[in-house]
Amino acid sequence: MDIIVAEKVHKKFKLKHGQQVNNNGVISNEIEVLHGFDLKIKKGEFLVLVGPSGSGKSVFLDLVGGLSAPTSGVVYLDDKPVEAPSVKTGYVFQQYALFPWRSALSNIEFGLETRGVPKEERVKIGRELLALFGLSDFEDRFPYQLSGGMQQRVAIARALATKPEVLLMDEPFAALDAQTREILQNELIRIWEGTDTSVIFVTHSIDEAVFLADRVAVVTARPGRIKDIIEIDLPRPRNGDIRSSSEFAANRHKVWGALKAEVNKAQQDWKLAPVFSE
Amino acid sequence: MSEELAVQTEGRQKTQVVDFSAYVKRFTPYAEGLKKWSSGIPLVLLFFAVWEALPRLGIIDPLFLPAFSTTIQTLFDLALSGKLLLHVLVSLQRAAAGFGLALLLAVPLGFLMGWYNKFERYTDLFVQSLRNVSTFALLPIFLLLLGLGESSKIAIIFYGASWQLLMNTISGVKSVDPIYIKAAKSMGVSDWELFKKVILPASIPSIVIGARLGAKIALMVVIAAEMIGAKSGLGFFIQNAQFNFMVPEMYAGILTLAILGLMVNYLLVWFEKKTTSWKGEIGSSILG
Repeated sequence: MDIIVAEKVHKKFKLKHGQQVNNNGVISNEIEVLHGFDLKIKKGEFLVLVGPSGSGKSVFLDLVGGLSAPTSGVVYLDDKPVEAPSVKTGYVFQQYALFPWRSALSNIEFGLETRGVPKEERVKIGRELLALFGLSDFEDRFPYQLSGGMQQRVAIARALATKPEVLLMDEPFAALDAQTREILQNELIRIWEGTDTSVIFVTHSIDEAVFLADRVAVVTARPGRIKDIIEIDLPRPRNGDIRSSSEFAANRHKVWGALKAEVNKAQQDWKLAPVFSE
Repeated sequence: MSEELAVQTEGRQKTQVVDFSAYVKRFTPYAEGLKKWSSGIPLVLLFFAVWEALPRLGIIDPLFLPAFSTTIQTLFDLALSGKLLLHVLVSLQRAAAGFGLALLLAVPLGFLMGWYNKFERYTDLFVQSLRNVSTFALLPIFLLLLGLGESSKIAIIFYGASWQLLMNTISGVKSVDPIYIKAAKSMGVSDWELFKKVILPASIPSIVIGARLGAKIALMVVIAAEMIGAKSGLGFFIQNAQFNFMVPEMYAGILTLAILGLMVNYLLVWFEKKTTSWKGEIGSSILG
């Protein structure tokens, strides 16, 4: 059963006044980021999107999250078109996006507040999640008092607090150092394997993609569409040891094989990259 | 029943034990702040010493500049008689009324102008035109329209204090990091919740700085307004002392003004720290 279905999704952005792009000789003040993007995500699946910079991966997450609308085509969530942010989705950003004026616990409570969950229950859920991420002693700390890794743990806890059916993760570990990154990948996979949440995870790291994913979807250079979907046949539950196995290397090789040509294509298109926010 | 009682008394006993080290710890930052603050004392003392010396050595005629000790003596006499306090309270009351009015009107207006681009487009030219007219230049107009009573003074203080509050509220709203708005929207907030839980707290630091500057202006304007047409207040007191050639009284009044300004400033710095503690150690660390 599919929880997310994207059908013939196109997304164009208007450029700022005075800016233009040259699309194969046609001068335009619009830029097409997604072109015929079709993707199905199964219930409970961990799907990772990889693709060159500017291929519209984050834009696709925004469409699923109801934060922007497709120019044409439809994204379905549980068979209903996404028109606004849904209570069924949770979002984790690269920049953590914790509210600096709220403590760790209070940040986690945010989504529950908007759903009218009473205070005691919010605190109970928040503390459970903090314990899950090993942050029980930090509930009253403000974000500035937490390390990057801790902040991102709180942000993931905040997204999980509302028990979303779909978790959208936009390069959540990209700003972290290599060690913290691996630790958080291990934590995420440990916690996710105990839930039935579907995850769409965007990354530029092939290692990260192979370690986490059930399936890796490779997106083409701009305008983005799905080029290839690679099943990752690594057993679960997974732990850090799997990274050094030969199966891991084989899967890595497969993903890179599909991605290489697109990255090269995007490099030539590089001068356009700053105009859209990817 | 007796068990319950035992538990209760035990609990009470526990709370009665004073953890002295925690108590000390609580005040450590204040002690440190005081230490930093005290570094500024020598320069002030030097200033007072020069003030004392100049008239005594006959460099300046003591008739025009009475020695510091004379001024302080006058200040004490005035303070003890209660005369000065009355004027101080009147000035503070006027400043607070004008400033309060500015808070009530400028901050909401700032939110509207900062959030709704269309509203700002329609109002910006008018607001900017008003803003760039000196408050003191408008004083005669306020006096003509509202008379010599309290309302003209409060109105001019309101006018002077409003702009910094308005501008800082607008820039506070405009500089809310879009990622916070995106995060809140992804959690399905309503427009009102977005305002209450994101826009408002995110722009508080900027508004508080605006309030600090606005309060200082209010204090300045109230003195000027009282010098022009009033029968009470610190501004009137200083002006009156000058006209009647009560020179030590005049200096005592000015000294009071300095002390008052200093106190209001520290109060506002404290308030700023209190409301923006989530930002970590920034801004003035003196007198935390």
